[in-house]
Amino acid sequence: MDFNDTPEEAAFRTEAARWLADNQLTAQDTEGLSRLAIAKLWQKRKYDGGWACIGWDEQYGGRGATPIQRVIWGQEEEKYNVPSRFFVIGQGMIAPTIMAWSSPECCDRFLPKLASGEEIWCQLFSEPASGSDLAALRTKAEPEGDEWVINGQKIWTSGAHYSDYGMIVTRTDPTVAKHKGLTAFLVDMKAPGVETRPIKQLTGDSDFNEVYFTDVRVPDGFRLGDVGQGWQVALTTLMNERLAIGGGGSGADVPLAMKIAREVTINDQPAIKDSAVRAKIANFHVLEAGLKYNGYRALSALSRGDLPGPENSIGKLVGAPKLQDIASFCMDLLEEHGALWSDDFESLTGMAQRSYMGAPGLRIAGGTDEIMTNIIAERVLGLPQDPRADKGIPFNEVPTGN
Amino acid sequence: MNFEFSEEQLMLREQARGFLAQQCPPAKVRAVLDGDQGHDADLWARVGEMGWTATAIPEAYGGLGLGYYELAIIAEELGRAVAPIPFSSSVYLATEALMAFGNETQKARWLPVLASGECIATFAHAEGPGQTTASSLATTLSDNTLSGSKKPVVDGECAHIAVVTCQSSSETIQLCLVELDQDSVSRQPLQTLDFSRGHAAIDFTNAAAQKLGDGAVSWRDFEALLDRAAVLMAWEQLGLADKALEQACDYAKQRYAFGRPIGSFQAIKHKLAGMYVKNAIARSNAYYGAWALASGSESLPLAAATARVASIQASLHAAQENIQTHGGMGFTWEFDCQFYYRRAKLLSLALGSERHWQDRLVTALEQQTATAA
Repeated sequence: MDFNDTPEEAAFRTEAARWLADNQLTAQDTEGLSRLAIAKLWQKRKYDGGWACIGWDEQYGGRGATPIQRVIWGQEEEKYNVPSRFFVIGQGMIAPTIMAWSSPECCDRFLPKLASGEEIWCQLFSEPASGSDLAALRTKAEPEGDEWVINGQKIWTSGAHYSDYGMIVTRTDPTVAKHKGLTAFLVDMKAPGVETRPIKQLTGDSDFNEVYFTDVRVPDGFRLGDVGQGWQVALTTLMNERLAIGGGGSGADVPLAMKIAREVTINDQPAIKDSAVRAKIANFHVLEAGLKYNGYRALSALSRGDLPGPENSIGKLVGAPKLQDIASFCMDLLEEHGALWSDDFESLTGMAQRSYMGAPGLRIAGGTDEIMTNIIAERVLGLPQDPRADKGIPFNEVPTGN
Repeated sequence: MNFEFSEEQLMLREQARGFLAQQCPPAKVRAVLDGDQGHDADLWARVGEMGWTATAIPEAYGGLGLGYYELAIIAEELGRAVAPIPFSSSVYLATEALMAFGNETQKARWLPVLASGECIATFAHAEGPGQTTASSLATTLSDNTLSGSKKPVVDGECAHIAVVTCQSSSETIQLCLVELDQDSVSRQPLQTLDFSRGHAAIDFTNAAAQKLGDGAVSWRDFEALLDRAAVLMAWEQLGLADKALEQACDYAKQRYAFGRPIGSFQAIKHKLAGMYVKNAIARSNAYYGAWALASGSESLPLAAATARVASIQASLHAAQENIQTHGGMGFTWEFDCQFYYRRAKLLSLALGSERHWQDRLVTALEQQTATAA
């Protein structure tokens, strides 16, 4: 065990840090650009410099970096305020699925443009009647010549409104048990029959969408895995999701709580001197540090060649409620001032309030707290499943309550 | 960077677990709990034979000269087994104090017998209810005579020698070494909530003692000693927490109610997953703590406090919810759930409570920010 760099790692870190320092975005570069445009600019710059998706093979735009080198790169890049969230789904979740399940032609066609940020992807999984029970999805794909015709509706699709492509899971056989009748495809989001409608969230933002598919045609070459193998394909995506959206991310955190606690007072003393405040901050740090080192240990497992296992589910399960709690705590420290909303994240109000409003979504997206808890209980601890009323029966005979 | 134990270290774990399964099954813990001895002398002797007490002591003093990763692994296994032996007092605290502050003569005299396990040492710091600080210490050492009362002293019943904290100034303390088998030392056994680890009240009335090392120790250096012990204690607590979780899972799989295993109900499932999550967080923090200890990192104060707080929380939670999962049977004397419940609380009080370490953690964070600025 050694949390310090080896000489080779230190050299890699120096190289990464130097490249970042030489190539960082300047205020001039980003003036007048949207967050998405800034993200694309930065991603392209990394791609041209050989620093995009560094864990991928060189032929797809990466540099075959080890998991530990990815940690080092991440640590160095996070010192700069660069937007990356637009690419998390495509690069972190869908790309590994494409690598595992699609043809070499699809890999050559799609992966380099994913790495360069030229094309953005979304994940078309959830439906109005299948959220936590994902395998109950109903969007249909029917074969017609060497094409498939897709009809149905997806929901909660992050980034569908700016995505070029999507990965979709469909039902191709309703007469077999629900997990067995699914097939996954890549789909062009600009194809005729794809309609994206933004959903206004409780924050007032619209990050995700409803997506309607009406007679959308997809070539058979865009199929991922075999017909009927859609559930296994989806699991690859979901396993990588655990790594991709783990503990990290921006938002209210211990340094913010410390900063506020130093600036405000409780009983005319700096709040940081208050023992209840200290206890809370300590507990948050335990979670924050624990998640960080948990992530490192997961990468050690990856270095040994293990797949990301269900134990990585704790990243989001701990991280999202922690974000909610710490944001709420920061606002408490500010007393009535805590209710103020600001877009200036450097001010005392801004980040905590934004995090407080966003956190409920994180606790639901990508598997609710409850589903994540079930995964840990069943797949890590080996506890028996709940009895399931739909087990083994053909999908079209499963009770729906309607 | 590498965030895992080595092959050799994993082998040590396997070996330690196998040894304790043989030598410290629940029946042995129960025998101490039911009997009138404060520890299992036979197990202690065998642990000495295994060389565990010698783990981190340099070879020059009769030790094995291994490192703190190895000691952390042993600590975890002792925690799993709820071993009724004075290991933490003798090894994490007294031996470490001797190595950190003792002079050459003291090390040469005591480390070899501590390494072999022949000598049991303890660490006497508390003086009654509440926190003991440099300014609250009333025990005094002058001209090699020690006077004062220490209560409670963990493993004070069976120890042969003690490292005792004495007053010095508001920012320093004096540590001394005292042999407990002398007329001017009187010991009264104390009943505690975990009677598989004997405690005592010890009165020193002009007892013969000698300064540990050459002078007073700064409060900071004393805290560093506690930081080191806190990492090892965190591993012991973690072992206990994992074992309590395993016991609860096993029971939830085999106990049926309403025609199905209780572990298939989400109320139980989510409870157990919650225990797993706390344990996983504690384990990752304990890894970092072990690294900070073994590598002498400057981040030790933060790493130790974080590991300690995480392990206190995980072990208490696991021990409590293990009983809850067992229902009425968990509350009986006959079931082993009580071992973990008793020991988890005992270990969470040793070395300073959760609140104490939360405070230390934030102090370390403040210092880190100050250094960065």
